[in-house]
Amino acid sequence: MPLGNLASVSRFLPELAVTATILLLVAVHVVGKNRQSSASALLSLAGVGAALLLTALQPSMPAVSLFEGMVALDGFAVFFKALTALATIVVIFMSMDSAELSGKSQAEYYVFLLSVLLGMFLLSSATDLVMLYLSLELVSIPSYLLAGYLKGRKSSNEASMKYVVYGATASGVMIYGFSLLYGLTGTTQIAEIGRALATGKAALPLFLAAVMVAVGFGYKIAAVPFHMWSPDVYEGAPTPVTAFLSVGPKAAGFAVLVRFFYTVFASPDGAGGPWTLSSPVDWTLLFAVLSAATMTVGNLVAVNQKNVKRLLAYSSIAHAGYMLMGFVLLTPAGIQAILFYLVVYLFMNLGAFYVVILVANGTRSEDISDYAGLGSRAPFAAVSLAIFLFALTGIPPFSGFIGKVYLFAEVINRGVYWLAVVAALNSVVSLYYYARIVKVMFLEEPAEKAELAVPAFPRALLCLLAVPTLLLGVYWEPVIRVAANSVRLLAF
Amino acid sequence: MGMDKLLVIGAALFCCGLYTILTRRNAVAVLMGVELILNAANVNFVAFSHYVSRVIGGQIFAVFVIVLAAAEAAVALAIFLRLYATTGTVEVDTADELKG
Repeated sequence: MPLGNLASVSRFLPELAVTATILLLVAVHVVGKNRQSSASALLSLAGVGAALLLTALQPSMPAVSLFEGMVALDGFAVFFKALTALATIVVIFMSMDSAELSGKSQAEYYVFLLSVLLGMFLLSSATDLVMLYLSLELVSIPSYLLAGYLKGRKSSNEASMKYVVYGATASGVMIYGFSLLYGLTGTTQIAEIGRALATGKAALPLFLAAVMVAVGFGYKIAAVPFHMWSPDVYEGAPTPVTAFLSVGPKAAGFAVLVRFFYTVFASPDGAGGPWTLSSPVDWTLLFAVLSAATMTVGNLVAVNQKNVKRLLAYSSIAHAGYMLMGFVLLTPAGIQAILFYLVVYLFMNLGAFYVVILVANGTRSEDISDYAGLGSRAPFAAVSLAIFLFALTGIPPFSGFIGKVYLFAEVINRGVYWLAVVAALNSVVSLYYYARIVKVMFLEEPAEKAELAVPAFPRALLCLLAVPTLLLGVYWEPVIRVAANSVRLLAF
Repeated sequence: MGMDKLLVIGAALFCCGLYTILTRRNAVAVLMGVELILNAANVNFVAFSHYVSRVIGGQIFAVFVIVLAAAEAAVALAIFLRLYATTGTVEVDTADELKG
């Protein structure tokens, strides 16, 4: 039974904390004299920290539907809220250290960042088509602005333009798909849509609607063939924004993908699955093919990249492909593997981008060739980057390996052998380009020998990202337990 | 007017929008194509709301889509203006600094 509007407010505190912080930031921006001061960064840190704490109190609450069925409060939503809030905190620290962003007006930047966070909170818990569309746009529209935040830089403007053109098209196609679903069922509640479709309806319009919705979500997680925007946007956007987009909205995209398809086109045997296909459309095969295509394209194109941000963009496309493997299996263990992989991916990917920021602060360059000799110029940063890259490859004993083990194990368990073979071959390809950066850093002679200073504070943050990357490779039991408990989609 | 005719109008608008997006190279024209697609969805929502569900849920959805389309257009046009200021053009395919 969905709670009414007033009764819902007390279970909506993390979202309210973020909203209040956004409003405060706007007020600070209007009143404040010094637009470049770090006050807005600290204020947003406090706000997101409060939201994270309030989210941490929520897992004990019973799963319930809020605001007359608009959003769900369940283990799944709480997991993604905590994950995206954590990513945002790290990105705020990264933004404070970035030379690209210094000297720019700060308050708007954090307003956009926190608006995206609010959108991600709602996107991972939305259970109504209207709410889903609203939150997806709340994630997208400030992201366009963040990508173009360096107004004077040509590449930043170009990135922003490509992002908005692709994004608007994808969400337009998705909303047309929503209208077809609404027409087939006469309701906007996804649980009711699922029930209405299970009684057997026309297959062709349903297939069209499923594909159109997949366009919108596929664009958010940058799955092939809707990935075209991501390398350009990742390269042109300011690096902290790139790091944010590669983790936060991608995770929220997975949340909505799982919740939507597992509710509308599959029916659970209980809140924690396993699920069975309930409609004539076999979308699992469609997504299995997309998954294989996504990891293959991402990895093969990454091999030839010269710009490290662009390389990491293709690598993050490939990782979306790995995670999609867990999505097509319709089992709790598959979802659990995605959730665990997202945690690991957060640390290793943000860590890699953080080193890119620190190096660019010193060298003003993002070319891989300028990483030559980094091992002697900035040993601390170079060793950290090597850790993150090996974790991204999935070599034991790093955490990326454990993440992949859970994904592969469930794929093999369900007998989808061809997908496991494709993914294993892809991991080999990825070793080549990740190891190439490590080789350039440690074995090639630098053109300039001067030491690159890394201040104490970035060192500490790098440690905070590198330690979980290593630790989760040997002791991952608590995180996998949290992930297992979070595979609870609200069924109503 | 029956629901079929309204759905045909919606589908035709959708196709026009998609055609515009795929063929036009000017970013503003692409944005116009997107607006056509959104309005195609609106026609569908209102038609379905009237003939299928018989409650106003779909019409409210259409209002939300209109509002968000305005927000999206405002942001997109601001971004195109900025691009014009730095490159002197808003053609989608002349923006090729980022590629590979």
